[in-house]
Amino acid sequence: MGLFDRIKQAFTGEKQEETQTPIEQTETTEKYEKGLEKTRKTFSSRMNELFANFRTVDEDFFEELEEVLIESDVGFEVTMEITEALRQEVKLKNPKGKKDVQQVIIEKMVDIYEESEAGDRSIALKEDDLTIILFVGVNGVGKTTTIAKMAHQYITEGKKVFLAAGDTFRAGAIEQLEVWGERVGAPVVSGKAGGDPASVVFDAVKRAKEENADILFVDTAGRLQNKVNLMKELEKMKRVISKEVPDGPHEVLLVLDATTGQNALIQARQFKETTNVTGIVLTKLDGTAKGGIVLAIRKELGIPVKYVGLGESMDDLQEFEPNDFVYGLFSELIKDSL
Amino acid sequence: MAFEGLTERLQNAMTKLRRKGKVSEADVKEMMREVRLALLEADVNFKVVKEFVNKVSERAVGTEVLDSLSPGQQIIKIVNDELTDLMGGETATINFSAKPPTVVMMVGLQGAGKTTTAGKLANYLRKNDNKRPLLVAADIYRPAAIQQLQTIGDQLDMPVFSMGDQVSPVEIAQKGIEEATRTGRDFVLIDTAGRLHIDDNLMTELADIKQIANPSEIFLVVDAMTGQDAVNVAKSFNEQLDISGVILTKLDGDTRGGAALSIRSVTGKPIKFVGQGEKLDALDPFHPDRMANRILGMGDMLTLIEKAQQDIDEKKAEEMAEKLRENTFDFNDFIDQMDQVSSMGPLEDIIKMIPGMNNMPGLDQLQIDPQDTARMKAIVLSMTPKERENPDIISQSRRKRIARGSGRPLVEVNRLIKQFNESKKMMNKMSKGNFQGMDGLFGNGAKGKLGKMAMNQMARKNKKKKKKIIRKKK
Repeated sequence: MGLFDRIKQAFTGEKQEETQTPIEQTETTEKYEKGLEKTRKTFSSRMNELFANFRTVDEDFFEELEEVLIESDVGFEVTMEITEALRQEVKLKNPKGKKDVQQVIIEKMVDIYEESEAGDRSIALKEDDLTIILFVGVNGVGKTTTIAKMAHQYITEGKKVFLAAGDTFRAGAIEQLEVWGERVGAPVVSGKAGGDPASVVFDAVKRAKEENADILFVDTAGRLQNKVNLMKELEKMKRVISKEVPDGPHEVLLVLDATTGQNALIQARQFKETTNVTGIVLTKLDGTAKGGIVLAIRKELGIPVKYVGLGESMDDLQEFEPNDFVYGLFSELIKDSL
Repeated sequence: MAFEGLTERLQNAMTKLRRKGKVSEADVKEMMREVRLALLEADVNFKVVKEFVNKVSERAVGTEVLDSLSPGQQIIKIVNDELTDLMGGETATINFSAKPPTVVMMVGLQGAGKTTTAGKLANYLRKNDNKRPLLVAADIYRPAAIQQLQTIGDQLDMPVFSMGDQVSPVEIAQKGIEEATRTGRDFVLIDTAGRLHIDDNLMTELADIKQIANPSEIFLVVDAMTGQDAVNVAKSFNEQLDISGVILTKLDGDTRGGAALSIRSVTGKPIKFVGQGEKLDALDPFHPDRMANRILGMGDMLTLIEKAQQDIDEKKAEEMAEKLRENTFDFNDFIDQMDQVSSMGPLEDIIKMIPGMNNMPGLDQLQIDPQDTARMKAIVLSMTPKERENPDIISQSRRKRIARGSGRPLVEVNRLIKQFNESKKMMNKMSKGNFQGMDGLFGNGAKGKLGKMAMNQMARKNKKKKKKIIRKKK
């Protein structure tokens, strides 16, 4: 069932279908919802606060709305778009009461969300052949940890996983991946610290092919997106992979820290340009970050968020369910507005 | 789309204002909306923005507009002053303990850059304060965190104290300090594991370390790219540990760094250092006024001037000026100059420090590959000494040889020679006091009144400096 339908139903009160949602589905998303509890709560409570103080629709109201959205890291552009659209909408529909305005806001946000198609969220695994997944991102977002968590998941599923220690720059990065490799039971291909990461990648691809691995995860050094030479290095690594495996890398996952502000969008844009990012892993969502950036990235860049990191333990990397996420953001509001 | 600087936003708003002697309430309201948006865009926390805007509005309404400024410029000045003020006014320094060793704890979220910063800080203290630091590896959770610190210690040739990852961080800290006393180290840096501020167990652990180590400084290390959540993080760490200062990392990215403002205003604790690079010497003291300019997107002329003073050899500069006057500037000087400029840091950073340049359309796309200068150098180095001294003799066949020798395509060689000739012409003009050539150099970079204002400000500062020097000479 589409998100829009769900929300529409909530508005019209047609809830019959919703009760038929399979029980397993709710169980699998339970952990996920718990991890995002903070995110949802703050957003809803801020919105409710806004409406509690609601008197009339005036400039002050819009300013406050902007603040709520910005505070949730929804992103500057998207925020401006939503409030701008609402200004128009308000002129047209001239909503009087609190409920009318609330409904207009939610409708508009869902509209914006639905408008932007963000592509496939599944990881493109190849049948009976090597799948290469490249991890990119700025410093300290959690690339290596994410690789370990994902490797763990696939190994539990019975896949043969290899790891390539492509971060030859940061002190201790190779050791970090090696420790993880040992813990999850995946062989790690590594070179010398300070060596050319492209050569490590080359060796890793070759070895993974020779030993018939199912998946190869390639770790890379964190790099700020405005460092041209480092971005070129990344391009080179990608080229080396494509040379050995023509349709590789099959996925390029950009790892983003959920606590990052507006810069996350610039990161996504720049990395997309150089490495053609196919998906995003949003880490550290278990903090108090609002994760509103999900909306912004979807809206502005059309890159799907594929995974979210909700905690420190191995199983805390979850597939991302955008509809649940957005529905969750609004659910309390919708209940109130009925 | 890149962020518009506040200057540009305000300039747009300014055009709507007529020239008046006083700033009216309506003017302020109009301008404050732009200020508000610019600050929010720079990731400053919305509550902080609100307070700030109220404060500025209060001060701005009814101010007399100074002769040289328009109402808009006047408001920017107030904004800039208040922002600098809010960020602490002056550059803060490290508290050293009266009885060595001085103990410092590094705390923060995962991935903020604590370990790297610990290394940088140790290096900084050794270089600038003649300290003998000991690094203590108390991150027992993240795999290979200890190795990371050890590698950094090796790179710096500095001792690292560790007890493996099976001992509690509290004990490691304690033994580390004892080790420092025994080996005559007068500065102890304790690197702790990254943790969420809402993780009670790990926060208690930090409190325990604090109790035992009795540190002179607890530095909260924060990623400059942090969004609205920076406030919660800083507040929480401060409440639980009473931090003494903040270190802002990854400022060499293209973030505005509004988090700095949020943190400062929520905790009241000074930001003491900023990390701006991957190398272990890329740590600088924090300058509130410069950060204010950065958040507003106003460029950072002061840092630029300082960098130039620090890195450009005065004697060489004089020689260069002499050469310009005599019009004997050749390829040897060209290389000299290039080396000097590149020693100031990445070129795009330098350009961005020029006021107004920040908002130049297209500049956000400007990215200069450090390799480019290396390639230019390769071309020049492939010339014979004679060619370098006398560029006019470089004929087509010589160009071909140079291209082969440097491994660069012929077009690149041609381009370089053309550029060289043009810059020579321009410099010649400039050295004769004709600055019209400059227009072309900066394009419409520092545009409009604001650019002029920035330039005037700089000129005034330079004048002051000159006066000082003259006075000294007297």
